[in-house]
Amino acid sequence: MSVMEKTRPISGELLELQKVICQYAVDYGLSFYEVIFELCDYETVNILAAQGGFPTRYPHWKFGMDYDQFSKGYAYGVQKIYEMVINTDPCYAYLLNANYMVDQKTVMAHVYGHADFFKNNYWFSTTNRKMMDTMANHRTKIRRYMEQHGSDVVEQFIDKVLSLDNLIDISALFETPELQRERKEIDKQAKDESLRSDDDDRSEALRSFMRSPYYKDKDKDKGEHSKKEHKKHKDKHHDKKSVKEDQEKEKAASLDPNNPTAQAEAVHALAKTGEIHKAPSSSRKDIMQFLAQHAPLTEWQSDVISILREEAYYFLPQRLTKIMNEGWASYWHSRIMTEKAACSSEITDFADHHSGIMQMSRKQLNPYKVGLELFRDIEYRWNTGRFGKEYNECENLYEKEHWDLRLKGGQAKIFDVRRSHNDITFIDEFLTPEFCNRQQIFTYKFNPRTGRNEIDTRDFLAIKQKLLTSLTNFGSPVIEIENGNYNNRGEILLCHRHYGVDLDLNYAHDTMKNIFAIWRRPINLATKYDNKEVIFIYDGKEMRPLT
Amino acid sequence: MDHPIKRDHARFRKIIKGKIREGLRKYVSSSDMVIPKGGKRFSIPVPHIETPHFRFGDRSQGGMGQGQGQGGDPVDGQPNESGEGKAGQSPGSKDIEVDLTLEELAQILGEELELPNIEPKGKHQIESRKDRYTTIGIIGPESLRHFKRTFRESLKRQIITGTYDANNPIIIPTKDDYRYKAAHTKVEYENSAVVIYMMDVSGSMGDEQKEIVRTESFWINLWLRHQYKNIEIRYIIHDATAKEVDEDTFFKTRESGGTLISSAFLLCKDIIKKDYDVNEWNIYPFHFSDGDNWSLDDTKLCLELLEKDILPVSNMFCYGQVESRYGSGQFYKDLFEKYGERSENVILSKIKNKDGILDSIKEFLSKGN
Repeated sequence: MSVMEKTRPISGELLELQKVICQYAVDYGLSFYEVIFELCDYETVNILAAQGGFPTRYPHWKFGMDYDQFSKGYAYGVQKIYEMVINTDPCYAYLLNANYMVDQKTVMAHVYGHADFFKNNYWFSTTNRKMMDTMANHRTKIRRYMEQHGSDVVEQFIDKVLSLDNLIDISALFETPELQRERKEIDKQAKDESLRSDDDDRSEALRSFMRSPYYKDKDKDKGEHSKKEHKKHKDKHHDKKSVKEDQEKEKAASLDPNNPTAQAEAVHALAKTGEIHKAPSSSRKDIMQFLAQHAPLTEWQSDVISILREEAYYFLPQRLTKIMNEGWASYWHSRIMTEKAACSSEITDFADHHSGIMQMSRKQLNPYKVGLELFRDIEYRWNTGRFGKEYNECENLYEKEHWDLRLKGGQAKIFDVRRSHNDITFIDEFLTPEFCNRQQIFTYKFNPRTGRNEIDTRDFLAIKQKLLTSLTNFGSPVIEIENGNYNNRGEILLCHRHYGVDLDLNYAHDTMKNIFAIWRRPINLATKYDNKEVIFIYDGKEMRPLT
Repeated sequence: MDHPIKRDHARFRKIIKGKIREGLRKYVSSSDMVIPKGGKRFSIPVPHIETPHFRFGDRSQGGMGQGQGQGGDPVDGQPNESGEGKAGQSPGSKDIEVDLTLEELAQILGEELELPNIEPKGKHQIESRKDRYTTIGIIGPESLRHFKRTFRESLKRQIITGTYDANNPIIIPTKDDYRYKAAHTKVEYENSAVVIYMMDVSGSMGDEQKEIVRTESFWINLWLRHQYKNIEIRYIIHDATAKEVDEDTFFKTRESGGTLISSAFLLCKDIIKKDYDVNEWNIYPFHFSDGDNWSLDDTKLCLELLEKDILPVSNMFCYGQVESRYGSGQFYKDLFEKYGERSENVILSKIKNKDGILDSIKEFLSKGN
């Protein structure tokens, strides 16, 4: 069955081809979930690319923007989408119907590389492989919210949340259900104790708060799950006042976030539980989750945050392994094509297209190129034994030049590497001075005097440092939530972990404005600017340094 | 049915045009008009709305690249392209250089320009909805089945899948192959408008000047035709006398002689009087010259004609003056004294050289002024 109206499963010659390429991939030792290829025209490819490979996404202009860009790029011949594959089980990949056979072969080989990476790389181990359905559900939900509350209202809220979609925590990828259960157990114990101690003087607000979405679940799953929790919850407190009455109150409070009293009560309640100014139970970096759980939101709003958060986490592993993932896929398409699949009449076309993909740029590193070359370099080094203490400390240049222990361990090594590394550890461990030299890598800097970017250095450590910095926390500043009840005023204190580069204050201002719109209380940000520790506060009107 | 992304796309277009979601406009990266760059290259800006995130500042921190060169060598060769190449962090504005056809360019111009002061006039401006069977759909009633397209689809499919046998060329369409004539609903708003070009072809206008005028009117024409369906265009050339000519002549004639601008204005007035009822038509006279009129008296006559006969019936009078070695450029000054650069229904524009053409078009037709 095709995934959308406009794509169709491959058949005939292409299907035969797929079987052949698949067999090659298996013979080389790749392993993957079943790959389903779909054929479509460029228009459809543009649509799919704009939607991150998925046939359905929630309605939002940003997909229209990407579509605009892709179709213009295609129409004017500037760029062409080469391949697309999504991390699901089965794994879906798209072929452009106008491509030559040699391109189809290359793309298929490339796709099997990705499919193997998706399945075997550790950082992908917890991704939702049924994301196709999840995305479709997200669309349905958000459309329903739009029907209920107006599409402008919902879109505006989504815009604000998108502004936070890099405020997530890499380690949360490994929040497996067991871990979550464990953590919940501990949380529950702590909560029970604290509840017992102030059983009698619980205020109206606190009780109302205990039924609010924040209290409901700390789980990222929604839907039935939270319903269940809710029920459990009611049982627990059925001996207290009439449940119905409380529920109504809760409803009133949560439906009207503009109601200052309700809001103040909620904040007050948060403070009282003593829960909130400890770090949120799971992670300080997962600010999206914190807001979804603790901000004074209506149900749909907190659901929207959870939806976008789930999608952000789904795409996170791909952001963490861009170089490796593309490098791995390129390594395999190049091997499969040159060693097996390409026939003699196709080899020049293949070489032409391959070199197009591998094109080096003076302005930024091409992940395909760097990844592929690094995998090849690792293979070569582990084949010849050019690693370890002995090799590194060898001072005889001739000997070093002709070093070959005939270990033949290269293949096994790169398979290991693709299993356990991400881009940062990949670069950190395998980038060598010889490699940088051979690949002609340099760093550049803007020279204000000449008004242009100029080559700065080819020094290995500088290159490595710069590359690692740009990869740290997927290129985003590390922002943690320090306190959810700052100065006991229900304000948020965020803390920027400063590793040498200042924040862009204009962007920080607009981002804080968006967080403020969700939290409805002032947002504080501790950072370093111009080598000075400073706390900025956004109070709904402007951002200023706190004095 | 269109894919839902078309709705996202339409919404995006509306946002960048500032029609909805005003607040987002500030995040639209600066878009520029089409700029001719030597030969046939144009750079078209791809508009982009950036969602604010916490991100690193100091755009000049640079990036990394691959290639030859020593410390201090430029990375991009182009100065002042500051810090745009940061490693995959900020998309920034994405100017891509492309080759465009005239049609495409007109289309792009069309999104940025409009006839100034156009008003609903006459009978033609009725909003009309028409169902035109101009497209092909994959669903539809059997009565509208497009036999040829259906046949072609199944032939294509059979060839691709390898089930086509040249010796036994039987084509069996499957459900997916069927194609139907499909309707396309078009909403049309039509304003009837006439544009009257007047060009000075006197001796003082050198070949280069005429070339500029022709190029400019060519572009304006191209765009007008693209944008307004029922537009009428009339051409007048003049030296000491004026005559109406057809399009071909207008773009090709080389005349020479003295200059009496009033002759053109007189003819223009007559044409309007004869053929275009003010209540029915939007009228746009364009006049191009090097600004060198024969005598002060004639200039006086021109201004009089303009004031009494032409301006009252025109939506906008546009005067473009080409810089020439011989011309004094006096006429622009005279008009400027009276009307200023841009008054209610007069627009003046100076065209220095070929590169100034686009700016001049923009001055004439820019939106929302």
